[in-house]
Amino acid sequence: MLSVDKRYRFLYKPVVFAASLVPAALLAAGAFNVLGASLGPDPVARLLHACGKTALNFLLITLLVTPVRQLTGFTHLIRLRRMLGLFALFYASLHFLVYLILDQVLNLHAVLQDIGKRPYITIGFTALLILIPLGVTSTQKMMRRLGRRWLRLHQLIYIAAIFGVWHYYWQVKRDVREPLLYVAMLTLLLGYRIVTRWQARRRIASKPRVSPSLRPSE
Amino acid sequence: MTKLPGGIAPSQITSREVFMSRRALLAGALAGGAAAALPEARADTPPASSLKPLKYTLDRPYSVSLKPTPYEDITGYNNFYEFGTDKSDPKANAYTLRPHPWSLTLAGEAEITGTYHLDDILKTQPLEERIYRFRCVEAWSMVIPWVGFELGALLRRFKPTSRAKYVEFTTLFDPQQMPGERDSILPWPYVEGLRMDEAMHPLTILVVGLYGEVLPNQDGAPLRLIVPWKYGFKGIKSIVKIAFTEQQPRNTWNIAAPDEYGFYANVNPNVPHPRWSQATERVIGGGWFARQPTLMFNGYQNEVANLYRGMDLHRYF
Repeated sequence: MLSVDKRYRFLYKPVVFAASLVPAALLAAGAFNVLGASLGPDPVARLLHACGKTALNFLLITLLVTPVRQLTGFTHLIRLRRMLGLFALFYASLHFLVYLILDQVLNLHAVLQDIGKRPYITIGFTALLILIPLGVTSTQKMMRRLGRRWLRLHQLIYIAAIFGVWHYYWQVKRDVREPLLYVAMLTLLLGYRIVTRWQARRRIASKPRVSPSLRPSE
Repeated sequence: MTKLPGGIAPSQITSREVFMSRRALLAGALAGGAAAALPEARADTPPASSLKPLKYTLDRPYSVSLKPTPYEDITGYNNFYEFGTDKSDPKANAYTLRPHPWSLTLAGEAEITGTYHLDDILKTQPLEERIYRFRCVEAWSMVIPWVGFELGALLRRFKPTSRAKYVEFTTLFDPQQMPGERDSILPWPYVEGLRMDEAMHPLTILVVGLYGEVLPNQDGAPLRLIVPWKYGFKGIKSIVKIAFTEQQPRNTWNIAAPDEYGFYANVNPNVPHPRWSQATERVIGGGWFARQPTLMFNGYQNEVANLYRGMDLHRYF
């Protein structure tokens, strides 16, 4: 039986890494028509939307790690979180590059106008800007160097996730059923944190009121 | 069914020879449609070849000399929320529509009104091919070889009165045939409207065919509207009613989101949608890097700009 350390290094991490590249591989197959795959009549829109939605999926999966650890006791799942977060950044960056290069054909004037004038693009771009420093400071070295500030900084992922889902909801023409599903999932994930933090605070606040003599012997 | 007004103007009387040949072809076309509507004969997605060819003349003056978008893209990538909100949904789901037999009601401010068999109306209506630019409000575009006839030619046969200021169109409401109408994404049935001068403009056509064949279900069979200088959502599909009105009718997208979709919906690169730019468009079937500038009135400025002279196009979007 391998140690947890080795299982992560040689099995879980490589498997999750490979699985995380599957969406990109499928899109690449469609783009280059490998084995009859195709992105359909509007390949740029298809690529753009698929990368964006995959980025959102990875953001939500990243935010799922903490609740799953706490609820199941599989605390070592934390070892996968950085990779999942980096894949969120990877797909969000692809999403932006597809928009910049393929959709807007590098028309920087139009792109800047979009970012400045179209609120849904403004918040989407903001979400990407937030993810970049989180990716840069995701190394062990940066964690050590930033200390307590690292946690504070990385709580920005909540803002990035809210802006990302909002960006998706806002650009849909009429049928918001799927964006609403993302809103619901994000609400659950953030709501879990609000509730657990509130409970923790209450436990701390109520502690002094309990007289030591009434405590059950430990 | 009311008897159709026929032979109203001498110019509309068709020669016997043309009439008989067109009748034969249309009968064949519509018989094909009827056969396709039988459950046992119906495949989930009928191949294009099952749609019968139409007889029509080419109309060069109004057609653009651009390469038409592939048939597969026109019939496999479009919006028809009555069959689902994904652009691949209409092709997958529109087999439930039965476009034959079809009734069309003419109503409102006209001397002649009533409900007619669509076959009877089409019998006396010469068809022509019009290759038009098509611009969706979602900022993508196609070039489409429609087969149809001028809406004005049909409307005049019903002698609209002086009170007829607008024309209102209504799509079939039948959730059995159009399952998307069970979802309250839009208020059903879909309605659209035109000002009388827009309706009478020679560019405005009613369409019964595509690429020389009967119009496939997913593109609005058996009868749809095309107003090439307006955004695609004005081109109401599977029309069952045309009414002349004195008041400006509401249109579905305007009812659903009045700040985003107006009554006029003229293609205008200078008036952005509240959420996205309309300055450019992605050309469907154009592969990668297929973005091009959008033209004022979708390139039909010479023909239609005078309809809107003096109007604030930012206000009447």
